[in-house]
Amino acid sequence: MAVETQGARSREGDWHRNSRARQARERIIKFLLTACAYVSIFTTIGIVVVLFEETLRFFLDVSIVEFLTTTRWAPQQGDFGVLPLVYGTLMATFIAIAVALPVGLLTAIYLSEYAPKRLRRWLKPALEILAGVPTVVYGYFALTFITPFFRDSVLPGIGSFNALAAGLIMGVMIIPTVASVSEDAIYAVPRSLREGAYALGATKRETATKIVVPAALSGIVAAVILGISRAIGETMIVTIAMGSQPNFGGSPTESMQAMTAYIVQVVGGETPRGSITFESIFAVGSALFLMTLALNLASYWFVRRFREIY
Amino acid sequence: MAQGTQVKKRGEGTEGPQFKANMSARYGLDRVFSVVVTLAALVGIVVLAVLLVDVTRDGSSMLSANFLTSFPSQIFPENGGIYPALVGSLWLLGLTFLISVPLGLGAAVYLEEYAEDTRINRLIEINISNLAGVPSIIYGLLGLGIFVQLLAPITGGGSVLSGALTLSLLILPVIIVATREALRAIPRAIREGGYALGATKWEVIRSHLLPMALPGALTGMILALSRAIGEAAPLLVVGVALYQTYATSGPLDGYMALPTQIYDWISRPQQIFQDSAAAGIVVVMVVLLVANSVAILLRNRFQRSS
Amino acid sequence: METKKTREGRGVSEVSDERREVRPETGGAAPGGGSTLGMKIENLAAFYGSFRAVTDISMDIQANKVTALIGPSGCGKSTFIRCLNRMHEVIPGARAEGKVALGEQDIYAKNSDPVVIRRRVGMVFQKPNPFSKSIYDNVAWGAKINGFRGNVDELVERSLRQAALWDEVKDRLKESGFGLSGGQQQRLCIARTLAVEPEVILMDEPASALDPVSTQKIEDTMSELKKSYTVVIVTHNMQQAARISDYTGFFYIENMGDPGHLWEFDETEKIFSNPDRKETEDYVTGRFG
Repeated sequence: MAVETQGARSREGDWHRNSRARQARERIIKFLLTACAYVSIFTTIGIVVVLFEETLRFFLDVSIVEFLTTTRWAPQQGDFGVLPLVYGTLMATFIAIAVALPVGLLTAIYLSEYAPKRLRRWLKPALEILAGVPTVVYGYFALTFITPFFRDSVLPGIGSFNALAAGLIMGVMIIPTVASVSEDAIYAVPRSLREGAYALGATKRETATKIVVPAALSGIVAAVILGISRAIGETMIVTIAMGSQPNFGGSPTESMQAMTAYIVQVVGGETPRGSITFESIFAVGSALFLMTLALNLASYWFVRRFREIY
Repeated sequence: MAQGTQVKKRGEGTEGPQFKANMSARYGLDRVFSVVVTLAALVGIVVLAVLLVDVTRDGSSMLSANFLTSFPSQIFPENGGIYPALVGSLWLLGLTFLISVPLGLGAAVYLEEYAEDTRINRLIEINISNLAGVPSIIYGLLGLGIFVQLLAPITGGGSVLSGALTLSLLILPVIIVATREALRAIPRAIREGGYALGATKWEVIRSHLLPMALPGALTGMILALSRAIGEAAPLLVVGVALYQTYATSGPLDGYMALPTQIYDWISRPQQIFQDSAAAGIVVVMVVLLVANSVAILLRNRFQRSS
Repeated sequence: METKKTREGRGVSEVSDERREVRPETGGAAPGGGSTLGMKIENLAAFYGSFRAVTDISMDIQANKVTALIGPSGCGKSTFIRCLNRMHEVIPGARAEGKVALGEQDIYAKNSDPVVIRRRVGMVFQKPNPFSKSIYDNVAWGAKINGFRGNVDELVERSLRQAALWDEVKDRLKESGFGLSGGQQQRLCIARTLAVEPEVILMDEPASALDPVSTQKIEDTMSELKKSYTVVIVTHNMQQAARISDYTGFFYIENMGDPGHLWEFDETEKIFSNPDRKETEDYVTGRFG
C-alpha cells in the first residue's frame, strides 16, 4: 500500500474525533475534581457537627455557666469548671511564645537580611526539619532532658512535670512557624523601602529594625498568632511533660493539665462512652476548636491585609 | 506655595551642622545586632542537635536488629521491640498516601484550573487555610465521631483504615496548598499552547500540568506524610492499640503506631521503658530525616531547574 | 520643537550668560553661597558582577546648579547616579571603580563611610517609596537616626515646606504616608531627603511615575531647591531637562551589550541647541530613543 501523496492534508477519515465522548469525559472529570475540593467543606462540617452534637449533650447535664466560670475541674466528683485546663494551656502557650516570638523574629531577620544566599537555602529547610520533629519526641526531650537540667542547675524544686519545660520546648517547636511566616513577610517588603532608608544614611540594622520590620508588621503579627494557635492545639508535649493535674493559678514550675492533655487522658482511660466524663472531652474540644478558629481567622486577616499593602 | 522668600536655608539661625551622627556607637550596635540575629537563627539547630545526641545516647542500649523485629514485652522489656508499631505505621503511611494524594491533587487542580472566583470557591479557600490550623487532636475527635463510630460497619471501627482516613483529612490542606503553588508556578503559555492544539482542559492538565507540577507538589506531599507518621494525638483518640499481639495485615485490622508506642513507653516510670522510648525515637527520626532530606533535595533541584 | 521650548526655558537663559556668575536670581538669600558642594567624577566605571554597566565617566557637577542626565533607556544613567552616593553597591554583586569627590573628599576612599556619604548626598527614587510610618515620622526618621540635635518639629515643617507639601498635609501629620497620592508621596520622599540636610540631592527620574500636575509641582520644587542644594537629576523627559537644568549630560551606548558612556556634557542650552556630537543632536531632536 503506497502512501497517497496527492494532498498535503490527510483525509478526514484519518481522524477519530469523538467530541461527544470527550465532552462527557471532561464533565465527569470536572465533577470528580469538584468533589475532591468539597471534601474540605465536609471536613469542617463534620468537625462542627461531631463536636457540637456531643457538646450539646454535655451541656444538658452541666450548665454552660459552670463550665465557663468555675475553677475546679474534677470529673469524678462532677466538677466541670474548664478554667484550670484553660489556665494550663495558656501558661504553656505564654512560655512558648516568650521563646518563639523573639527567636523566630530574629531568625526571620537573619534569614532575609543577613544570611548569605547559599546559607539561607539550607537554613530554611533545616528549620522545616525542626518543625517536622514529632511532638512525642519533643515531649520526651522536655521530660527527660530539660526538666532534669533545670532541677540540677537553677530550679532544684521544679516538679517532674511542669509547665516551664513543656512551654520552652513548645516554643522551640513553633520557632519555625513564626520564623517562616515572618520571613515571608519581611522578604516581601519592597527593595525600594530598604533603598530609601539607606539613601538617608541609615545603617543595615537601622534599616532592618526600623523600616523593614515595621513595614512587615501585619505579616509578623499573623505569624505570631499562628504560633499561638499551634501552641494552644499542641497535645503530646503538654501531655508528656506538663502532667495531668488540673491546677488553676499554679506556678510554671508546677504540674498542670492542658485542655488537649485532658482529652488524651480520657480517651486513654477506661471511661465508658456516653458518660458525662466522656462527653466532656467534646466540650473541651469545642472550646479548643473555637479558640484556634478565632486565632486562625485573625491570622488569615492579617496576612491578607499585608498582601493588600504590597 | 513656597516661594523664594519662604524657603529657609539650611543652618539658618543655628551655628554649624546640627547632626552629630555618632557613627562608632551606631556601628557598635550594628555588630551586636548581627551577632544576635545569627545566634537566634542557630537556636533551633542547636536544640535539634542536642536532642538528637541525647536521644541517641539514651536509646543506644536498646537499639539492635532485634528491636526492629520484636514485639514489645511487659515481662522482658529488654527483649522487646517495635515490630508491630513499625508495621502499623507503614500501613498508616501507605493508606494515608493512597487516600490523601488523589484527593489533594484533585482539589488543588479544581481550585487552580477550574474554579472561578465565586463565593463558594472563596469559602473553600478560606476553609482550607483554616483547616490547616485546626489542632490535630480535633481531627482525632472528628475521626472518632465519623470513622470509628458512624461508619463502623465500613471501617471496622478502630481499624488502621480509620486511622489512615483521619490522618488523611489532617494532612489534606498541606497537600492541597503545596500542589496549588506548584500549579501556579507553571506559565500560562503552557496551557494556551495545549489548548491551541485542540486539547481539552483535562488533556492539558494530565499531560502537561500535572507532570510539571509534580516535583514541587511531591515535596509538599513528603513533608505532609512525614507529619502524618509523627502524629500521635489523633491516633490515641481514634483507638490505636497501645498493645497488640499481632502485626497488622489488612486495612480493617487493629494497629499500633510508632509515636503512640513511644508515648506508651514514656508514660511508664521504669528506666528500661524510657530507654525503649529513646530507641523508638531514633527509629522515627531516622525515617523522618531521610524523608525530609529527600524532600529538600527534590525541591532544591526543582528550584534550580525552574 | 525641542530647541524652541528650550529657548523659552527660564532656567536656561540664566546660565547662558556666564558660567561663573553665581545664582543671579537668588540674590542674597543664600547665606554665603559656599554652603553646598559640587562633585567631581574621574574615570568612574560601575559593574554588576563581571558586567561593566558604565565606564570612563568624568564630569564636574557644579554646586547650586541642576545637572540633568538624559539618554536612551539602559545606557547607565541610573547606575551612574547611584554611584554618586554609594547606593550602587547595595545591590548584591555590584561595585564601582574610579574617583568621586564630594568637595575635597573622595567618597570611594578607604576611610569614607558609605552611611555618612549617603546622609550628605541624598537620593529621591523613581517610584515614591514612603516608609510605613506617619507623614511626620517619614520626614523625621532620617534626621533622628543621624543624630539631629535641633528642633524636630521645625525641621519637619521646614522640609515639608521646601518640598511644597506642607499646606496639603499640615493637618494630618500623624496619618500614614501611604494615604497620600503618588505625587504627594514623591514630595514626601523629597522632604524626607531634605530633612537630613544633604549637600547634594540625586533624583532618579523622580516624576516618571507621576501625572502632569504632580510633575509640575515637583519641577517647581526643584527650581527652589537649587538655591540651596546641588541637584543631579536623571530624566527621560527632554522638555523637563531643558526647563529645569543648567547643565546636561547625554549618556549613550554605541552597541548593544557595551557599557554606557557619557557621550556629551555641556551647558543645557548648548546640548539642546547646538550639540557637538551627532548622536546627541539626534536624541534631543527626538530622532531616536
